[in-house]
Parts: sequence; structure tokens; C-alpha cells
Amino acid sequence: MANELQLRVNDKMWTVTAPPETPLLYVLMNDLALQGPRFGCGLGQCGCCSVLVDGVELRSCITPTSRVVGKAVTTLEWLPAYYALKMKLAKPPELHPLQEALIAEQAVQCGYCYNGQIIKGAELLFKTPQPTEAQIRSAMNGHICRCGTYPRILSAIQHASKAMAATKLSAAANAMEEVARA
Amino acid sequence: MRNTHNDDADKPKAEKSPFGLARREFLKATGAVVVGLKAANLPAAQAQSVAAVWQRGVTSGPPDPAAIDSYLAVHPDNTATIFTGYVDLGQGAPTMLCQVAAEELDLEMRQVSIVRADTFVSTNGSTLASRSTGIGGTEMRVAAAEARRVLIGLASERLKVPVQDLTVAKGVVSVRRDPQRSVTYGELLGNKPFDRKFEPVAYSAGAELPRKGTDLASFKSRAEYTIVGTRVPRLDTPDKVSGKYEYMQHVRVPGMLHGRVVWPQGQMAGGVTRPKVVSVDEQSIKHIPGIRIVRRNNFIGVVAEREWDAVRASRQLKVTWEPFPAVFPGHDGIHDNFRAAQTNDLVIVNEGDALSILTQPSAGVRVASASYRGPYEGHGPMAPNCAVADVTSAGAVVMCSSQSVYQTRGSISRVTGLPVEKIRVQYFAGSNTYGSSCYTDAAEAAAILSQEAGKPVRLQLSRLDEHGWDNYGPAHLAEMRGAIDATGKIVAFEYQAWGHDGNGVGTASQLLAVDGPSVGGPGFGAPAAGDGQRGAAPAGGRGGGRGGGQPGIGGLYQVRISQNDMYDVPNRRMVEHRVPGRGYLKLGALRAPLDPPYFFAQEGMMDELAYLAKLDPWEFRKRNITNPRWLGVLKAAAEAAKWSPRVAASTVTDAKTAVGRGIALGTHHLIPNQGDRITFAAAVVEIEVDKETGVVVAKHVYGAMDCGLAVNPGIVESQIVGMSVHGTSLALKEEVLFNQTNVTSLDWNSYQTLRFGEHPAVTPIVVQQLNEKSSGAGEEVLPAVVGAIGNAFFDATGVRLRQFPLTPKRVLAALKSAPAKTNRSA
Repeated sequence: MANELQLRVNDKMWTVTAPPETPLLYVLMNDLALQGPRFGCGLGQCGCCSVLVDGVELRSCITPTSRVVGKAVTTLEWLPAYYALKMKLAKPPELHPLQEALIAEQAVQCGYCYNGQIIKGAELLFKTPQPTEAQIRSAMNGHICRCGTYPRILSAIQHASKAMAATKLSAAANAMEEVARA
Repeated sequence: MRNTHNDDADKPKAEKSPFGLARREFLKATGAVVVGLKAANLPAAQAQSVAAVWQRGVTSGPPDPAAIDSYLAVHPDNTATIFTGYVDLGQGAPTMLCQVAAEELDLEMRQVSIVRADTFVSTNGSTLASRSTGIGGTEMRVAAAEARRVLIGLASERLKVPVQDLTVAKGVVSVRRDPQRSVTYGELLGNKPFDRKFEPVAYSAGAELPRKGTDLASFKSRAEYTIVGTRVPRLDTPDKVSGKYEYMQHVRVPGMLHGRVVWPQGQMAGGVTRPKVVSVDEQSIKHIPGIRIVRRNNFIGVVAEREWDAVRASRQLKVTWEPFPAVFPGHDGIHDNFRAAQTNDLVIVNEGDALSILTQPSAGVRVASASYRGPYEGHGPMAPNCAVADVTSAGAVVMCSSQSVYQTRGSISRVTGLPVEKIRVQYFAGSNTYGSSCYTDAAEAAAILSQEAGKPVRLQLSRLDEHGWDNYGPAHLAEMRGAIDATGKIVAFEYQAWGHDGNGVGTASQLLAVDGPSVGGPGFGAPAAGDGQRGAAPAGGRGGGRGGGQPGIGGLYQVRISQNDMYDVPNRRMVEHRVPGRGYLKLGALRAPLDPPYFFAQEGMMDELAYLAKLDPWEFRKRNITNPRWLGVLKAAAEAAKWSPRVAASTVTDAKTAVGRGIALGTHHLIPNQGDRITFAAAVVEIEVDKETGVVVAKHVYGAMDCGLAVNPGIVESQIVGMSVHGTSLALKEEVLFNQTNVTSLDWNSYQTLRFGEHPAVTPIVVQQLNEKSSGAGEEVLPAVVGAIGNAFFDATGVRLRQFPLTPKRVLAALKSAPAKTNRSA
């Protein structure tokens, strides 16, 4: 039976009427009209549907919507804002540093898997800001790219890591300045 | 349900309905789609001008290929839009086509936009066989040159200055000696039609014919290029990383239902019988509200307002199918089956006297022979195919990810009974397709569901549908013999191939019992792609298609064209043994069809001959190749890899991890008469083999490609990176599995593909040829990588593994069967 479910998605509250076992992906795509998470396999195998739930990457195609009630869901659309929040930036950048790096690398071909690649890469960079190549390969291993752009994604994660370290330094410097002024 | 189309302010106003359909909201929604402006990122003003002035979208195409207006339009704000049937399959073709148009028109990239392919809008192009830049680019270049000539002529009249005294930059025509006197393209033409005919490029079976006319616009000289040949960033990248890019899977229209098909899991043998429904237990989904079962003959689907209801209904609906006949040989039995089959044999090449040299070699001539095997491969798009259709008695609109919207129009006509001119097919990008994945099946299924339900329907195939009903890349068996003289020169070479003919009846057609090929109908593993053959009624297909009925288009005949100047072999023989397609899997064009198994075999054999001659594999190739372009790509790859000469397998040790390297040539074999568009490719691959686990890891791929004029070397490099990873995936992992009744590799666990953690580093090398024609760039390194990995395995272990993929099971079996520490074969 359909229930009313209260969801927190991209820092907004939403009420949707759906059977509670409805996979979160269908609610995000159809009720919330989001384009980040997308259908790839419906089996949790490929990573096209990934979202962050309380900061942890999760496959929305096999997650019952009722399971994320009371949790904070972040999709690709809100990733830059989520990043700003985590990094304590004054305002959200237009894109997450990994998104910027993927453009700089001209990594994208069809781009369909990039929702998951970016969500997972961002999760990795939050948890492990300076990942080794082995850590990147291990963390990203559940995200398939049939265009074969893995080498460029790997490189983009490494570049984003450096960019984030620089941002953190300058944010810290600004904070110090403010403290000094006070 | 929210409509994702309506609230976009930057959309043009709705266009008039093409058929006077009652469903105006639908057409309002698709009006935005008509000119694909969102994808093209046009500013609002521009978008409206296009929609308001141009009457595209009113009548059925394809438009006149001899009219400039068919290809492009110039707007008052001094921008241009190009209308081409070539689409983005992830390879970046639209960016390159915009580069070609911008260059020839003397516009900047930001002034040129491209729209989605649409049978009411676009020229008739098919994005396949690596032709969008080579052929599509040439068509665009000619049209743009003619358009520029018209514009300059108008400027000459307006400014009252002879044409030769005018110059153009950024679409501003000015007087050479008085630059203050100028006029823009937009002011000259601004949304008015060119209304001018010209002699377009013509092709015969894919080969460009010389233009006969004398009144032809001249082209810009290549020395003057500032856009073509440069690394223009792809137009689609920002939207693809931000999540704003609208894929087919995102399209929603008002009043739409969600549909799913209910197909048997994994296809049956082709050409024997059709899947037949025994019974449908409607009670099995009675608990799902608002569900409707659609049935037409053996085609079964479900539609519902909510997508999840359609998904679970499709999973839970109990359908009893007539048992499939147990006629498959199973994936392990396929090659023995081929060898034992009654075949239709064709001698494709017989030059010199290969047979007597190979069977009775004179003194000093040595002969080697071997048999190589390749599996069926799947397209495996990241996104299972999806389509949205609105079918009424007055006409149909179908949105899908077809490589050829005009071809799909014919398929829709067959399943709906509507005439093609009442069917509008619009392209939306899905994920990678690599050829004929199930996009036609999705489009047909959506059309059938919509026609039956009386509403627009969005049909999303499941992963199991897509993997199980794919049109697979061909399994292949090769038997070769080669003879070398004392200096390591090849004196004779024989290649015998076994494969089966196509049986490319589309899935929906099969279930409906509406005959006719939905797939391009590749027979012996490769598509025929001549212009005009890909129109509303595609040729080829059922029960053999091109392969069976038309020798010379499929299979080894194509190989001959590219082989003529690859190795210098005085005595050559190529024989094709065509196995009847009945009882095998559906085939379709899959990125470089036939070429991965062909080059795995040929380049493996060349390595075996090099080994026999006790020569370094690159040195052996140098002695047997004279064409500088083949040598050029080999040299580029070898130098990048810092190749040092030594005989293969000369450094084999007893260590647990064996290290090796391999080199190979590759290309995408083209249909006859396309010999002027050959692309030259080579790869060097470095691998590691864990002799205890049997796991092979490709550490580094050096891929080199000479595709003539590379319109965008950055995009070509991206293609090399992708092909290097895909080639590694083919060599090590990908294999369609099936038992006696049906396909069993239905997901990403059972159909293995290369994972992130397993990918090699890739060094892409573009050998730029500014004065050559552009040829394909999306398929050619792929087979070279597969061949190089096979050769690297021998170098690492001293054991020849002649069947790919090189799975741990095969590797361990090969290592076990070979005596230790000698040079040997498995």
C-alpha cells in the first residue's frame, strides 16, 4: 500500500506517496524529477544510481525509500552545496572539484555512469583527502564505465584531491585572519 | 508526476503538431525536443528564433541532400545551427561536426550549435562504422562551403564590393582595405532560407565519388585551419558532469505511462522457432493497483502510472512460455560446432600459390599453423535502452537512442502499420551503445505499448532484457598457416574463418511475428552501411541477411581490402566458411565487428612466425610491411613503450608473477570501396600474469592511431583511451555465456567487464595527417589491443593461449598443459 513518506533530499523536505518498499531511485527520478541518480541495472551492480545518504554512497536502485526516512539524501545536483557545507566554505562553488577536474581532463564520453563515478569519488575524497592510486582503484571498483574512461577518472580524482587541499588551506587561512581580526 | 520539460524557460514555444494530433501537450513537450535546443545549449533568444522562423518539424524527412537549408541555418544574432543525422553516442561527433562547420563558415565555435537528430529535421545520416566525422564531416564541409559562398555573394551585393575584395572572420564579412565597411551573416540572411541547391557529396557503397560539376564552392585550405585539427573541448562535457544533460532515460511527457516488457530471460536460438506464450496468469499481479497487461501475439508488456508498479508487475507476472528447443551448443561448444558444420565456403582471396608453398615448402622455408578462437561479445550499454512513444491512428512520435533515426522509422512502421511519413523518430542519447544494442527493440516495444494503451508510454528495458536479447558480436574460429623464408620474410599466408550468418530479427518483431529485420542485418559479423541502404526499409537481415545472401559485404571480404597493404605477402589465401545462422545467437554490429577476433588471430599468427624466425616481433613486422602508415603507427606505439628488441618469451622465468609485452596492428575493416578511408592502428601492451591464480593484468597500453586528418586530436585521444580499456576488457573478461536453450549471462556478474581497479594506464598517440581524408577513429585500436595482449601472454609465459578472453580458468589450464620452461603451445 502507498504511504506518505517524508524525505530529506538535497536539504529540502519532500512528501511523497509511494509504497514504502519502492526503490529510492524511482522516487528521485519520477517524484522529485532529479537527473543525477539514474537507472543502470536495478541490481546494485553498476553504480549509475548512487546517492549519498548521510554522507555514505548508496545504490538507490535497491534501497527501499522507507529506509532513508530520517536521513539526509544528497544527489549529484546538490553535491557542490554539500561540499561547501563539509568544507565550511562561505558559498557553494558551481561544481565540486572532482567535477571541475573531470572537465579539465576531458574525461567524459557518454557520461551515463558519471553520476556514480562523481558521487563515489566525492565520498572517497571526503573520507580520504589524499588517496593513493591503490585506494582510488579499490574505492571505485564497484563503478563500471563501459566507455573505458577509468584512466581519466583516476587522474581527475588525483587532481581534485590537490585542489581540495589547496581550498582547505586557503579556508583555514581565511579563518585565521578572521580570528586575528576579532 | 512531474513533467521535466514544461518549466524550462529556455525552450522554444511549442511547434505546431505535425499530424494535427489531439495530444497537444505531448507535442508541446516534444516541441522542445524538435530542435533539441536544450542539448545544444542555445540561449533563449536564439532558440526562439529557430523555432519561430524555421518550419522544420512540420513535414517528414529526410530533407533534400542537395539543398544548403537541409544542413544549416544562419540566425539574426550571427550564429548558425547545423542539422545532421549524425548523433552523439558518447564519442563526441557533434563537437567535431560543429568544428567542421565553424571552420568552413569562418565562425567561432561558440557561434555554431547542433541539434538532435529527428526525422522531421535532420539529414539522413547513420552514426555507425566510424563514419560520422569522415562522411558526415565531409557532407557538412561541402554544405558549409556552399553556404559561405552564398553569404559572401550577398555581402558583395550589399557592400557593392567584388567578392575577391571581401574577407570573413567570426561571421562578419568586411572589405579588405576598409574593414569599417562590414556586414554580418546574420544581417545578410537572418533566419531566411538559403534557397540554394548544390552538388552534394555522393557515395557509392560508402566510397566518396568525385563531384562532377564545375560550379563548386572552393574549400578553405588546410593550412588556414584554426578550429579543425585543434583540441576544442567537447560541448557536452559540462552538462554531463553537472547532471543537467538530458539522456533518453530522463525523458518524461505528460499523460505518460511507464512500461516494461515481459520477455523470457535470455534469448533462444535464432531461426528455429519463436518464443511462444502458453499462458498468462493475470491473477499473479492482481495486487498491484492500476496495472494493465498488454498482449499482442507473443509480445507481452505491462503499463502503469507509477514506474515501480510497472517494474514489479513485469517481475511478478506469471507467464508460461513454450520450452525453448535445446539446440545451442553452449558457449564452450560453439567453435567445435562451427568446425563440424556444413558450411557455405567462399574463397575470398587466392593470390599466388599459397597452398603448394604451405603443403610442400621448399628448402629453407618453414611453416607454422595454429587455430584461434573468439567468443560472442555483448554491447553492454551502461543504460539499458529506453524509448518514449506516442502512437495514434494519425501518426506516431518515438523518442529513442537509435544510431539511425530514419532506419528506426521503418521498424516502427512495421510494428504499428503506420506509413513512415507519419512517424517521427527523435534521437536522445542513451549511454554507450557500441553498435546495435537493443535500441530498436526498445523503440518498437514502446510503440506497441503506446498503440495498445492509447497513451504515451515510456519503455525502459531491464538489465536482463538488454543482456539477454542483445545482438551479439560474432563468435569466430580461425585456422591459419604461414610460411617464412630464411630471412624472416613471409612467403605464404592462409587464413580460414568460420562464423555463422546473421539471424537479425528484432525481439519485438519476433514476438509479434511481424517479419523483417529490426537489426541492421549483419551477416557474417559486419554491417553493410552504404548510404541509402539504411533508409526506411533496411536491406539485409533475416535468415542470413548480408552475410548469407550477399558475399562480399560481410566477413573476410572486408578484411581483404585493408589487408592488401598491411603485410607484404606474395602468396595469400583467405577462405570463409559460412555456418548457417539457424540455431545460433542473434548477431549485430559491435564496435569494429569481427575485428577483435580477427586481429587476435592474425597478429597472434604473425607473432608465431616471428618466433619461428627467431626475430623480435616488431623487427619481424618491419621486414614484412612497407606501407609507411602501418609502420608509422607501429613505430609510434613502440617508441612510446620504449620497446627494446628481443625475441618473444626470451625472459621467461619461474617467478610467480610473469611479465610480458606484446605488439599488434589493428583496424576496423570497412566495406568494399571504402579503401580510401582506412585507419591505421597499433598497440603495445605490457601485462602481468599471476601463474598461481591465472589472473592476467594489463598494466599499460600504448595505443597509436592514424585516422587521417584528426578533426579533434583530443577527442581522438579519448577514443584511444576508451578502446584501450575496452580492448583489455575483451581480451581478458568479456564472453557471452549460454547453455543449450538460452543465454545465461544476464547481468554484470555473469557478463564480466573490466572494472575500475583492473584498468591499465593508457598512453594515447594520435599520428596526425593534415593532408589526408578523415577516417574512422572509434574502433581501430580496439582489435590491436586484443592482439597485443594475446602476444604479451606468450612473451610472459612462453605459452601460446589461442582463445580469448584469457580468463583465469583458461590461463591455468594452458600453463598446466604446457611443459615447464620451454617454449611451447597450449
